[in-house]
Amino acid sequence: MDYFSFFGLERKLTLDASRLQQRFYQLSKEYHPDRFAQKPAEERLKAEEASAILNDGYRVLRDPVQRAEYVLRQEGFDIGEQRSKDVPPELLEEVFELNMALEELRHGDEDARASLKEAHGKFVAMRAAADEELCALGRRYDETPGRDALQQIRALLNRRRYIRNLVAEVEKELA
Amino acid sequence: MSQVFDIDFESHRKPRIAGIDLGTTNSLVAFMDLTGPKVVPAPDGGNLVPSVVSYTAEGEFIVGSAAQRLLIDAPERTVYSVKRLMGRGIADVQEELSLFPFRIAPGSESVIRLELGERTLTPPEVSAHVLGELKRMAEAYIGEPVTQAVITVPAYFNDAQRQATKDAGRIAGLEVLRLVNEPTAAALAYGLDKREDAVVAVYDFGGGTFDISILRLHGGIFEVLATNGDTHLGGDDIDNRLLKIALEDVASEWGEDLSHNGEAVQTLRRAVIQAKEQLSFVPFTRIEFSYRGKTYRREITRELFRNLIHDIVERTLEPCRKCIADSGLTVEQIDEVVMVGGSTRIPMVRCAVESLFKAKPHTELNPDEVVALGAAVQAGILSGSVDDKLLLDVTPLSLGIETMGGVVSKLIHRNSTIPASAKEVFTTGVDGQTNVLIHVLQGERELVKDCRSLARFDLTGIDPMPAGAARVEVKFLIDANGILSVSARDLRTGKEHTVEVKPSYGLSEDQVEAMISESIAKAEQDFQERQVREARLEADTILTATEKARANDAWFDLSDEERQKISHSVNQLLLVYHSGDHNLIRSKIDELNEVTMKLAENMMNTAVRSALKGTHV
Repeated sequence: MDYFSFFGLERKLTLDASRLQQRFYQLSKEYHPDRFAQKPAEERLKAEEASAILNDGYRVLRDPVQRAEYVLRQEGFDIGEQRSKDVPPELLEEVFELNMALEELRHGDEDARASLKEAHGKFVAMRAAADEELCALGRRYDETPGRDALQQIRALLNRRRYIRNLVAEVEKELA
Repeated sequence: MSQVFDIDFESHRKPRIAGIDLGTTNSLVAFMDLTGPKVVPAPDGGNLVPSVVSYTAEGEFIVGSAAQRLLIDAPERTVYSVKRLMGRGIADVQEELSLFPFRIAPGSESVIRLELGERTLTPPEVSAHVLGELKRMAEAYIGEPVTQAVITVPAYFNDAQRQATKDAGRIAGLEVLRLVNEPTAAALAYGLDKREDAVVAVYDFGGGTFDISILRLHGGIFEVLATNGDTHLGGDDIDNRLLKIALEDVASEWGEDLSHNGEAVQTLRRAVIQAKEQLSFVPFTRIEFSYRGKTYRREITRELFRNLIHDIVERTLEPCRKCIADSGLTVEQIDEVVMVGGSTRIPMVRCAVESLFKAKPHTELNPDEVVALGAAVQAGILSGSVDDKLLLDVTPLSLGIETMGGVVSKLIHRNSTIPASAKEVFTTGVDGQTNVLIHVLQGERELVKDCRSLARFDLTGIDPMPAGAARVEVKFLIDANGILSVSARDLRTGKEHTVEVKPSYGLSEDQVEAMISESIAKAEQDFQERQVREARLEADTILTATEKARANDAWFDLSDEERQKISHSVNQLLLVYHSGDHNLIRSKIDELNEVTMKLAENMMNTAVRSALKGTHV
């Protein structure tokens, strides 16, 4: 079942969040198992299934990253995690510095904490920039859908995933 | 008539669904009526049934306030706070057991077995006795059988704890239509959906568990955004803290360690709980405890109390902060805070919540009753009598499967709206392999050893093939109760696969079935006893009436033979009166009825004649 059609929405990477929420509430009132408690078991099961699809779909569609990954997967792109291991070339320098700082901190050098915090700020900014770029690429794809646009989106998502992992790693170390 | 009284009698013919708050300390049952949710009064006049069960030497179960008294007289036969043991194994509750005087039977690894006198009981069976009591109360109150219920659970309960609660309902003869999270139920009871669009936090600090939930309310929809909590944190911990200090005091003052004396510990526990409760209303009080002619007294101020419990209250704030972060909102975006659970009466708790959420918390509804009221509203939603509200709850813990190297791969993340599902394709690792074992876990940590094992599923009946050729799609579904089910399909053949479930904690289906049949047998016995009691009451009535009639003129109008027949019948009835067979008693009653027919007629005629003459009989 395609999530977009389940929600009765056009298959687009740019979505109106409030319209999506409104549809979610509307369909919840229709499909939630609570509405079928007095119905035969067969209908109850169907409602449970429909309700699960609705909830799973809402989680995917309301998040721009998951939404883009969903469309990529539907278009036959492989979006496996393993690709995130390769360092994107433009990040090589930052990652090298970060690893140095992490190493120092692990050896008890508390001064490294400051440079880690700085790195954290930098990566969070990069992630925000990637989110903005994703929006722009999404708009472009919606105007003229094609594999080129999707390929660009996939490359961006890989880079974003890499940055996200860096942020998580630094946060774990700083906590 | 029907034009005058335009009442929908049909709606009353629907079976009524009970809303039950099965609490650590107290339990309640509520119903929806025409004006809203109402709590059913308990036999002692209050609304709360203490969640205490005692098994007497005579082999009877006693529940509620009567059992609470037995905590002191028969501590080795009485159990309380059993909710803290639901869905747990012995390794999980070591800390509890050092403070609770329960005796645990061997073989308690996956389900705890409590020794109560001669009986061994699991926590779901103990809870079933509490539920049975609530069921009886509810039936007496509404005057019809109650067979369906909504039961509340802490939002942070895991799969095993939820399943254990559902099992308890089944053993008590209740079809559990829905498990509802306690904080969400409280939000329903408060009816805060009157506001068109609002974000509400529910802080639920009860007897044994702590929950925090953040909800968005919009047009009758209660959407839970995030939840967090600690199923091992509650008023019990405060009691235990005070109790420990008092026991130490007593040990040093009297030179006697009472901590292994069940009776003394329970008496002292009562005393510290009383002091704790008083401190919510007065600035200082006294713990007073008398035992074997000695008396222990200690002044306790609110100030001292605050210092004693400071860290416990602090422990509730961390889940609150995590919950706010998970909801994707800031504290400023939260419009209201609702307080639930007896422990929120403590002024210090209210202060801490107010300063964290920067909002004055709602305390209008009785914090002991609000969850049961909400359960009744949810029961109304399920029965169809409430159609303007809908709860969208979430799963509190992430669900994952074990992958290589003891790492957990997450399939459904915490705070996902339920029902939620995830699909995963499995294959074989060796040539000719015909089954795949899947280990499912709950928790947020990365490693298997840090998460809670939920169950092992065995996919069987895979055709022997080269390694990696089989493709079995497994669907994990968390239902609206927060309970997992698993189904599997062979992607090559489209055939459904059988999945054998081995739950890591809790009762197996067979065990639950056995307990249900035992409780049905018990109910049958109860029913028999009631039939006998009722037959005897009926016998009493007719025997008394016959005895009285002997003084009536009508008696003397009968023939000797008729009088003899009646006397004979009376004797026959007296003979079977003490038998346990209600059918026999009833048949003798019928016989006596038969032979006294003419007597009754005569008496009636006498009465009519007297009435016509204007005189009294």
